[in-house]
Amino acid sequence: MAKRFNIRMAGVGGQGVVTGSHILSTAVIQAGGESTIVPFYGSEKRMAPVESYVRVSDEPIYEIGEITFPHIIIIFHPQVITHGKSYTMPFYFGLKEDGIALINNDGPMSLHKDQARELEERRAKLYYFPATKLSLEVSGMDLCTNMALMGCIGAITGLTTVEALEQSVKDRFLGKGFVVSGGTAALDSVVERKFKKKQELIDKNVAVIQAGWNYAVDHGWAAPTVKRSEARATVGA
Amino acid sequence: MSETVKAPETTGQPADSAVAAAKPAVRKDPHAEAKRQRVVTPEYLFLEAPRTKEFITGSEAAKEAIRRSNVDLAIAYPITPQSETMQLVGVLYGEGYVKEYYRGEEEVGVMAAIAGGSRAGVRCYTATAGPGTLRGLEGIASWPGHRLPVVAMFTCRVVNAPLAIQPDNIEVAYLLNCGMIVFHAENQQDMYDFTLAGFTISEKNDVTLPVGVCCDGFFVTHARGYVRMQDRSMKLPPREAWRGAVPVLDAENPPARLSRDAPVQKSNFMAYNIHAVWQQEVWAAVERSRKYINQYMGGLLTAENVEGAEAVIIASGSAAAQSREAVRICAEKGIKIGLIKIRSLRPFPTQELRALCGNAKLIVVPEFNYVGWLAKEVATAIYGFSKAKIIGGPRVYGGQSMPVELIVDEVESGLTGKKSTNVAQSSVMGGAVNQDDVAHFMRSI
Repeated sequence: MAKRFNIRMAGVGGQGVVTGSHILSTAVIQAGGESTIVPFYGSEKRMAPVESYVRVSDEPIYEIGEITFPHIIIIFHPQVITHGKSYTMPFYFGLKEDGIALINNDGPMSLHKDQARELEERRAKLYYFPATKLSLEVSGMDLCTNMALMGCIGAITGLTTVEALEQSVKDRFLGKGFVVSGGTAALDSVVERKFKKKQELIDKNVAVIQAGWNYAVDHGWAAPTVKRSEARATVGA
Repeated sequence: MSETVKAPETTGQPADSAVAAAKPAVRKDPHAEAKRQRVVTPEYLFLEAPRTKEFITGSEAAKEAIRRSNVDLAIAYPITPQSETMQLVGVLYGEGYVKEYYRGEEEVGVMAAIAGGSRAGVRCYTATAGPGTLRGLEGIASWPGHRLPVVAMFTCRVVNAPLAIQPDNIEVAYLLNCGMIVFHAENQQDMYDFTLAGFTISEKNDVTLPVGVCCDGFFVTHARGYVRMQDRSMKLPPREAWRGAVPVLDAENPPARLSRDAPVQKSNFMAYNIHAVWQQEVWAAVERSRKYINQYMGGLLTAENVEGAEAVIIASGSAAAQSREAVRICAEKGIKIGLIKIRSLRPFPTQELRALCGNAKLIVVPEFNYVGWLAKEVATAIYGFSKAKIIGGPRVYGGQSMPVELIVDEVESGLTGKKSTNVAQSSVMGGAVNQDDVAHFMRSI
């Protein structure tokens, strides 16, 4: 049977939700799979809700449009849940039975009892993953939160590799004619100045991806075939 | 674009090439590549020429089709989600692939000017969407009667209130009754193939009709997909207007047919007779296009796993793409299911559907509009030839995506009799259904 994951990512402006979904999607294709993305912007501004939809599979994908019934939900920011910063409310709306909610938070959140019950009824697996904390520890900044999450989800789906994710990051930052919105382009240049050199930027992103990947493996979330990424992913020129 | 450009062959521009070679400092001719294009037969282009795969948007696919279509006149007027398409055709004009190009005043003017261009004997292309289609519809509806070969692209979006800049293909319902040929593209590949084939079919002597290539806006125009294309060094033969069913208009040839049968304001037998003659001609020409659609596009529909299936999904456009996924999920649940994708809505594949659906028990017709025009077309086509229960749904509209799960739900509800959980409107007709269901359907139309 085909391995197929429809992934809904919800976060807030500035976190790189769409960038993250591009990197995951490209990495799955790099690894020989199939993937499509649909970004959903409202008003593009910092801390405003952003959603992005990624389909990954090992077979052709024909489906188009937003994902209403995802297999996996990724919550980039706890405020998506606590402040309702989302186009989809409650955050798990449409999650399939036995689905996964990967939530960026330092530990389990206390959900409203109705929400906890509904999640339990559909046998949802709640993975609380300290992506921002991990990003700070590994790269010294919180801007790699999306990379931590993409590393983690890469391992959970088992449809890509750390090496493919690294190549995807390189494509994204070393340029392959990637079309980004004006706002995202401006943010990119700020990030680049902060790191001075692109190489350093890529190194740190990849290190965070690897840390996220291994976190998923260590916690038993990863797909059965997925192994820890031990070798420090080599960063070429 | 990573296509490899072939070395120029002898193409009737030897003087230019020789001059350019002699003076290396000379300014590069922006039309050089277009001038090197060589004409090939439609048969070679569609059926034999090798193709390479690209990952491009639907608008880019339309552009690449126009690059190879030897278009004389393209007229643009911007409206989302089509603006980018005609803008890209403007790029082709800059490169010399399209001979004339300009921006019209608005859609009434564009469609009138396209009529003029086609009547004068040149190959014409335009594109519009949603409210633009309806604004231009007065002109569009008159094209077939005047026997004007044209290819027009409709990148469908919402037209009914509340208006939205979102996908919704209700405008196709208005085009179906114009007398033009109407194709519905599922994806970027279809956009490319249908556009190219459209010119060839449109200009056949026994057709001489406009072709509308519809797609669901944004889903196809703004998204990328794989498109297999022939080399850009080839193009279709030019329009040979003398082959048309009516004489072309120029300074010496008045529009004879229109002068003879001038808009007749009198209510008399001749007026009715003239109207009947023109419209009979148009719809007979639509019928005659079937053989060319079979020849150049491989059929008015495609059918997969229909034989022995418990249920059949019939869909066109983006709904067909969604249905492919529904078929996969149904197969995982152990449901034997077939898929029929309708490519040509005019002419409609009536005989094909009657043959395919003779033994079908359940037909599900998912659509991206509120009224369910395809479900009605299907029901009309197979009436008396199939006892299938037809579920007209799921339907999404106003820009909503169609969750594949809704299609699966309709299939399951049709097979088991359980109530469909769809929020979206659906309706049941045909087969041994109970009268309440039929009454519900009658109310829904």
